[in-house]
Amino acid sequence: MELWYTEEHTDNVRFSIKVDEHLYTGQSEFQRIDVFKAKEFGTFFTLDGLMMVTEKDEFIYHDMIVHVPMATNPKIKNVLVIGAGDGGTVRELTRYATIEKIDMVEIDRMVVDVCRRYLPQTACKLDDPRVQLFFEDGLKFVRSKENTYDLIIVDSTDPFGPGEGLFTKEFYGNCYKALKEDGILVNQHESPYYESYAKSMQRAHKRIKEFFPICRVYQAHIPTYPSGHWLFGFASKKYDPLTDIDERAWNSLGLQTKYYNTEIHKGCFALPNYVKELLVRAGE
Amino acid sequence: MDLFSQEKAPIYEALQKFKAMRVVPFDVPGHKRGKGNPELTEFLGEKCLAVDVNAMKPLDNLGHPVSVIKEAEELAADAFGARHAFFMVNGTTQAVQAMIMSVCKRGDKIIMPRNVHKSAINALIICGAIPVYVNPGVNKELGIPLGMSISEVKKAIAANPDAKAIFVNNPTYYGICSDLKTITELAHRHNMYVLADEAHGTHFYFGEDMPVSAMAAGADMAAVSMHKTGGSLSQSSFLLISNRLSTGHVRQIINLTQTTSGSYLLLTSLDISRRNLALEGKSIFAKVTSLANYAREEINKIGGYYAFSTELIDEDTVFDFDRTKLSVHTRAIGLAGVEVYDILRDDYDIQIEFGDIGNILAIISVGDRALALERLVSSLSEIKRLHSKDKTGMFDHEYINPEVVMAPQQAFYAGQYPVAIRDSAGYISGEFVMAYPPGIPILAPGERITKEIIDYIVFAKAKGSFLTGTEDMYVENIRIVEE
Repeated sequence: MELWYTEEHTDNVRFSIKVDEHLYTGQSEFQRIDVFKAKEFGTFFTLDGLMMVTEKDEFIYHDMIVHVPMATNPKIKNVLVIGAGDGGTVRELTRYATIEKIDMVEIDRMVVDVCRRYLPQTACKLDDPRVQLFFEDGLKFVRSKENTYDLIIVDSTDPFGPGEGLFTKEFYGNCYKALKEDGILVNQHESPYYESYAKSMQRAHKRIKEFFPICRVYQAHIPTYPSGHWLFGFASKKYDPLTDIDERAWNSLGLQTKYYNTEIHKGCFALPNYVKELLVRAGE
Repeated sequence: MDLFSQEKAPIYEALQKFKAMRVVPFDVPGHKRGKGNPELTEFLGEKCLAVDVNAMKPLDNLGHPVSVIKEAEELAADAFGARHAFFMVNGTTQAVQAMIMSVCKRGDKIIMPRNVHKSAINALIICGAIPVYVNPGVNKELGIPLGMSISEVKKAIAANPDAKAIFVNNPTYYGICSDLKTITELAHRHNMYVLADEAHGTHFYFGEDMPVSAMAAGADMAAVSMHKTGGSLSQSSFLLISNRLSTGHVRQIINLTQTTSGSYLLLTSLDISRRNLALEGKSIFAKVTSLANYAREEINKIGGYYAFSTELIDEDTVFDFDRTKLSVHTRAIGLAGVEVYDILRDDYDIQIEFGDIGNILAIISVGDRALALERLVSSLSEIKRLHSKDKTGMFDHEYINPEVVMAPQQAFYAGQYPVAIRDSAGYISGEFVMAYPPGIPILAPGERITKEIIDYIVFAKAKGSFLTGTEDMYVENIRIVEE
């Protein structure tokens, strides 16, 4: 018998992984949660059937969403993480001794519970004393904050379902308000390749640009996400990730990383022409 | 209500049976189950077009129901606690007009608050009845018209003992209820009918801890917009009557203006929605109320905005308040309601029901989700942060008590000529001016135009209100009555 997990990346394109074992399935208040075990990707989990994290390639995503802003401003102390129920983003953040406080806001408690049980590789640092978990809507949480954080990381699902509010103008505006005057916003920025993802990416870029004077997009190669070509947004009130990166400071920390390095940091902001064009056209 | 029989949905079931019969159509509609209009079928779906059919034996006839529509009407009547329920497919507008035309003839008087929907005054133009306006109270701070106080109703009855009916909004667009029970007792004691415009009151029949519904209060007729908060398709509605009216007479009046090609899409949407509310209404509207309460709390925490609720109740012009309505006063942040309405739509992709001079109104209904409300609240918080202004110079008056010089029908059909609105003070208006929504006339035919009214129209226009009613599409000129 063969068991395959399949995600439809578009109506006409499918991505499949051969599954060894279906470890868990459950329906939370917000979404369906599944955990699988596979030879090629190890344990992986999906929300409403969409790939979130695999043991094999999660390092790419989590390296890139955390170390790029941290190398830009090593003085970051107070961080807000929105989404990120698998814990991988928090795990990378806790490697910085200089960070004093990490608030993590995940709407779905069940995602965190399931990941603690099946994905200790990413969920292992959720009990760090600097981490405080809030189980509520990120849009609601950030609304009440003003001038509080040095860094906000939006590690969300796609902009439909529970993540929809995290791609809106009101969300980015409230993030702007919640950041200090040298604050940085980094977000999961969808993919430029397939049309429906590209539309979400353009919309997000347009919305963020309305608030932040510095607004850049960087890329990484993530094999299990649609098209494999994934983008992140970097927005800031003060720091430019290309000119303000403190290479010596970051390298002197001696962090062992599997994907990120300061050369990648400088290179990942160089985008293919069609992506640049999409971003320019996002404002239209 | 007999819950067991409420599980039936006769029109819906008849349509399903009909589909399975695969009848060959040589009748209207000419699209023949969608085959004649592939583009439309692609857009709306085959399932939908397949039941867009005409009246026929297995599906009954809306103009003269004897089988499945009759049965569906009886179930609806039971669900609403009415003696009879008519399925309406020409909007609640037609239901309101049928109510008035059922009890008023040319020259008859009808007592009503001036903040009625234009459909009520339109009915007066059609049938020639004469309005006796009761001044609804006005909340000066919010700038909204309220309900009718009992003392004002008593005065109107004493001065017009020959009036045929009293017309009541239950509730108003803003969620304000008059003391319908006492008004009904008074009316019946003076041999007058009570007609309730319940365009915004469907949930009163199904939710718990709601203001009293017209049928429960003993009113004689009610126009209920099932499509507004009950989940049926746009334009579908119920007209309810109680014992003092004859079903046959009301049906005749309805048939004067109702289409003879009643849409089965609309009819079945009423049937299914009635079943849903009869069976699940309590929990649905408990959720709606709790969502609205939550949004109010959060919006009031932002500061500047005032999302009002039951604290307005004063046992007089605000006898009760519909807590499912999310009305927010915006003037304290220096923005007119209509400006907030525009920003929400243009910048935040959020469409609310309406914005007037001082308030916005969001409809919370059977279809709402907590996540969407978070977006509304967060957007309002952002709009305050990014757009709030000094509030001086904001217009602080919403309700203007009209001077009615002649009956609407007389003015509408009188000799008229156009003048520029700004030069129209002192003349009698021959037409309507209103912001839509809410569609409550600022001026109605037969009313004296004053400088105050002109100022209001100019201000509303400058703030971006969508003004309608005049023959002139740009609402620069108004037709006035030759005197």
